[in-house]
Amino acid sequence: MSVVTKPTGPVAPVETITVTIDGTEVQVPKGTLAIRAAEMIGIAIPRFCDHPLLDPVGACRQCMVEVPDMGNGRGMPKPQASCTLECAPGMQIRTQLTSPVAAKAQTGMLEFLLINHPLDCPICDKGGECPLQNQALSNGRGESRYEGVKRTFPKPVPISAQILLDRERCVLCARCTRFSEQISGDPFIALVERGALQQVGRYADHPYDSYFSGNVVQICPVGALTSASYRFQSRPFDLVSTDVTCEHCASGCRLRTDQRHFQVKRRLAGEFAEVNEEWNCDKGRFAFVSARGDDRLTRPLIREDGALRVASWPEAIDAAVAGLAAAGSSVGVLTGGRLTLEDAYGYSKFARVVLGTNSIDFRSRPGGVDEAQFLATRVAGRTLADAVTYADLEAASHVVLVGFEPEEESPLVFLRLRKAVRKKGLKVTAIAPFASNGNAKLNATVVATVPGEEAAALRALDLAAGDVLLVGERAALAPGALAAAAEVADATGARLAWVPRRAGDRGAVEAGCLPGLLPGGRPLADSAARVDLAAAWEVEGLPTGDGLEAAAMLAAAASGELKALVVAGVEPADFADAAAARAGLEEAGFVVSLENRLSEVTERADVVFPVALIEEHAGTFLNWEHRPGRVNTVIRQPNTPMTDLRVLAALADALGTPLGVRTAQQALTELTELGTWPAATAAQKKPARKAAAKPAKPARVTDGEATVRLATWRQLIDGGRGQDNEEALAATAKPSLARVSPALATALGVVDGDQVAVSGGSGWYSLPVAVTPGMAEGTVWVPQNSPGTPLGELGVVFGDEVTLSVGGAE
Amino acid sequence: MTDTLTPVLSANWGTEKSWTLEAYRKAGGYEAVATALKMTPSEVTDLVKDSGLRGRGGAGFPTGMKWSFVPKDNPNPKYLVVNADESEPGTCKDMPLLLASPHTLVEGMIIASYAIDCHTAFVYIRGEVLHVIRRMQQAVAEAYDKGYLGKDILGSGYDLDIIVHAGAGAYICGEETALLDSLEGRRGQPRLRPPFPAVAGLYASPTVINNVESISSVPSIVKNGSAWFGSMGTEKSKGMTLYSLSGHVKRPGQFEAPLGITLRQLLELSGGIRDGHELKFWTPGGSSTPILTAEHLDVPLDYEGMGGVGSMLGTKALQVFDETTSVVRTTLRWVEFYKHESCGKCTPCREGNWWLVQLLKSFEAGTAQDGDVEKLLDICDNMGGKSFCALADGAVACVTSAVRHFRSEFEAGRATPAWELFPYGRSALFEVQEKVEVHA
Repeated sequence: MSVVTKPTGPVAPVETITVTIDGTEVQVPKGTLAIRAAEMIGIAIPRFCDHPLLDPVGACRQCMVEVPDMGNGRGMPKPQASCTLECAPGMQIRTQLTSPVAAKAQTGMLEFLLINHPLDCPICDKGGECPLQNQALSNGRGESRYEGVKRTFPKPVPISAQILLDRERCVLCARCTRFSEQISGDPFIALVERGALQQVGRYADHPYDSYFSGNVVQICPVGALTSASYRFQSRPFDLVSTDVTCEHCASGCRLRTDQRHFQVKRRLAGEFAEVNEEWNCDKGRFAFVSARGDDRLTRPLIREDGALRVASWPEAIDAAVAGLAAAGSSVGVLTGGRLTLEDAYGYSKFARVVLGTNSIDFRSRPGGVDEAQFLATRVAGRTLADAVTYADLEAASHVVLVGFEPEEESPLVFLRLRKAVRKKGLKVTAIAPFASNGNAKLNATVVATVPGEEAAALRALDLAAGDVLLVGERAALAPGALAAAAEVADATGARLAWVPRRAGDRGAVEAGCLPGLLPGGRPLADSAARVDLAAAWEVEGLPTGDGLEAAAMLAAAASGELKALVVAGVEPADFADAAAARAGLEEAGFVVSLENRLSEVTERADVVFPVALIEEHAGTFLNWEHRPGRVNTVIRQPNTPMTDLRVLAALADALGTPLGVRTAQQALTELTELGTWPAATAAQKKPARKAAAKPAKPARVTDGEATVRLATWRQLIDGGRGQDNEEALAATAKPSLARVSPALATALGVVDGDQVAVSGGSGWYSLPVAVTPGMAEGTVWVPQNSPGTPLGELGVVFGDEVTLSVGGAE
Repeated sequence: MTDTLTPVLSANWGTEKSWTLEAYRKAGGYEAVATALKMTPSEVTDLVKDSGLRGRGGAGFPTGMKWSFVPKDNPNPKYLVVNADESEPGTCKDMPLLLASPHTLVEGMIIASYAIDCHTAFVYIRGEVLHVIRRMQQAVAEAYDKGYLGKDILGSGYDLDIIVHAGAGAYICGEETALLDSLEGRRGQPRLRPPFPAVAGLYASPTVINNVESISSVPSIVKNGSAWFGSMGTEKSKGMTLYSLSGHVKRPGQFEAPLGITLRQLLELSGGIRDGHELKFWTPGGSSTPILTAEHLDVPLDYEGMGGVGSMLGTKALQVFDETTSVVRTTLRWVEFYKHESCGKCTPCREGNWWLVQLLKSFEAGTAQDGDVEKLLDICDNMGGKSFCALADGAVACVTSAVRHFRSEFEAGRATPAWELFPYGRSALFEVQEKVEVHA
């Protein structure tokens, strides 16, 4: 892979106009607001309500400027709010730097804002990074002339489980309410009351439910909005900040991680115009404390007399080497989705060079028959330069979602789509079982589709060149859907992008963590690619045998065909059949686990190596655009465990075949030097093997029992282990519901809130029903991994038949 | 002096059950509709333009010109919205008009809607005046019954629906864009302009917003011609209008006269200041217009005359105060109103009025400090011309004009309570017990 910046291509000429600000002429694009034009020449006009990503409101009146000439020779009689003032050709603008009128207006406005603002800066979370505090110093008067009574409110008011509102501190800039309405589309907070009693309020019966609620804390220009997780945790000036890339999904958000005393205190959305602009989701913001419990692994463990005990590093390495050496090349490698590109590369090379196996698979989730082919021909080896990007989504006129719920599975893709829908009239079509809340907020046309029939729905769409197809990881489970997407894209000129769910997925493909795929998109089946890679790795040859996919590895381990497993971040319940996954791990002759916390894998492992947390790591995540995002080390402590890569290198050394790389930088350099395999993109564009779609049958309902097709996806905030220990975040999760169509509900005789049992191959659980108008018939939707109800325990996957029966509350 | 009065809008107020359609028609009502519907819409607009009718809600914008701003090529429906959210302290012209002759407005709305190609018109009436809302609803129902509203009005092929909407009692909803938000079911707060309502108003469609009196003046113009209308008033302020006198006058009430009449003439018509007292100060058009004094008795009450002496014609609500009245107390009462009615959207209005009230209370209580008059004026300067809409400008106007004309009373507030300088019972129009302890 290589780090390439996407060429910008031909850009339509922007019509510019010339204005004069404080005597300096500046050319700005037509439509530029005066406050932005001033920024371009380094003049900071104080402001509160203004935010470049929110619609102008002109409420705080802090950014007043004088306009002696509107460009037509006439001046504006009154000072103007520069955040709502569009530049006109020849306009003269005088800011506080040259206009006493503007300066006095600004000073007066700050005095007004402060008369009712509490002087609690010493205990306020915002103190030290507060726009009100800063601008009071830069543009305010030294002392207040106010001798009256300040407005007070009881404090704080929780507007959700996570967000607290301190109304006394609020300057009523409406940034939070505009964000919730305009950006995320969750208008559950609004300004209420009037005059000096105006305040941010929430609907009495409904908290501020939003996956993006943390952003309002960040954009609040005062300390009025705080989060339950960070409130009173630290002072800004005691924090050390590091830019990182979020590890929770494939959106690739840049974050700012703040640590103090070797502990991460908070994470903020970083500024990255190309990706997350200035936003992130609540999972990315708040879910970083999962390893704070007492299940954190810091020392190696080895199994002795059936139980794990603490071991020294040399002891553990010797034990692992003994087990792996005995297994020879009969080893499977399960890497999971949490790895950085560099760590994934380490596993890929470790499997091929050290273990001599192609049995490596990053997919700790149900995979489909033609997925590997799709990934090899449509994803691997691609770079940002030829990829669909966020900017392309914003510029597109039609985006189609297949097996992909942006708000749940890649929230920043959702925000960008919503921006395009709102600002540019983007049309979104979703091939989905029902119109989710996220799709409603995208104003999407939902093609209600029974799981498994996505391919037909896709072929029936009317697409044009330049349209974008976004395919999620579930599309692999719909027979023929990936092939149909590829065919449709080729036939119409529509662009295609695969949006995986986990942050490490795209990098794992690039690193070759698939049985048939070597690093850089080299197909295993291509001997030239194998020779090229072997030469680069300076090895005599690479294993040529067909490797096993993840589920097959576990089955082979259970049956003894595979003698050992090397397992990274994997949870049995993520697999199609959790029981089978557990059995595989238990029956396997030898299991080496690299983990940062105790898990169901470590419980069943023979040797456990502790590995570094993401904040103790450097590396790269490739997002869905194939864009590399840097992960920097946040916590530098002498007792930090080794990274996965470092452990693998140590094992390789001990096994007698050096890995050749032991640091993230070395791995990235080597992978970059390998480059991508050009033939992979050109030669293999033939349509993927078509799997027969299971014909949809109407739901059979008898005696309060129905056989229906299962639809599912993961909700953003769910039972995933990476979200552990953050209670306020967990409390904002959506409830677990079983969605059925009104007709199916009637046939079953259930109404909203009734319990129904969902039974699959190896178990059942019950959920309250949500009757969902417009839902595809003969279908039930349940969340894939919500607390207490992971679908892996039922042994069923998206598109399988399940039995739905009335009752079943435990 | 009776020839100074020109009752047109108020001509039928004294007739038996003047608010009924029957009585209105007997007095010549709905004749103008028939005339207008035979003209082309642009002829109607031109007629109103020619008449020189200017907005009677306070700003004085030429009504016909406002109508001509409605883009013809906009595919969205066009709307007429009549602002009947009369809430300005002292202002009491639209409510009596609607109570006495609601059909005058209905007829005016039909003509105005026809002129701007509108088929759905709204009357936004202030929520507290339930009797007026009911009377207006009844008038609209009667007009539907008799075929003046609905489909194919008077066989002309023109359709119009009128919707009577009750506000919830917020002064800010008299601001036209806040009114539109409120009418759309949102919280009444002023909108950012541009876009202007003529282009994107109600439901983002072209919208004309006019005052009750402006629209009610239209039938008479259609009936009598623009020359007749222009024969009244002054060169730039044409026609007749309602002047509302209240306060320390012998006979308060509505006086319909040509624009340009003076307060001296109006006082003569209303019997003058109450016996034994003399004029101290007055507002020309509600509390948002800077106060004037006896020296302005002969200034013409038209847009130019009032502008010339640093005030505004406003709503022509003349609140008249005699020498027993404390300017400090009056100003405080007005500013308390603005503080209560500030919508809260922008900082200077929300915080400034909150502060002004506290400061004015100290002047009233005689506890103001040295320099507080300057501080008061400086706060006004920081508010005036910097707020989102004109509400704060109105609040500031009464304070600065009061200080301009009666600075010594404010200076006295550093030592003497206003109720000692001007015992409040003396300015009441009825016997009251002095309750000094209330203010203690």
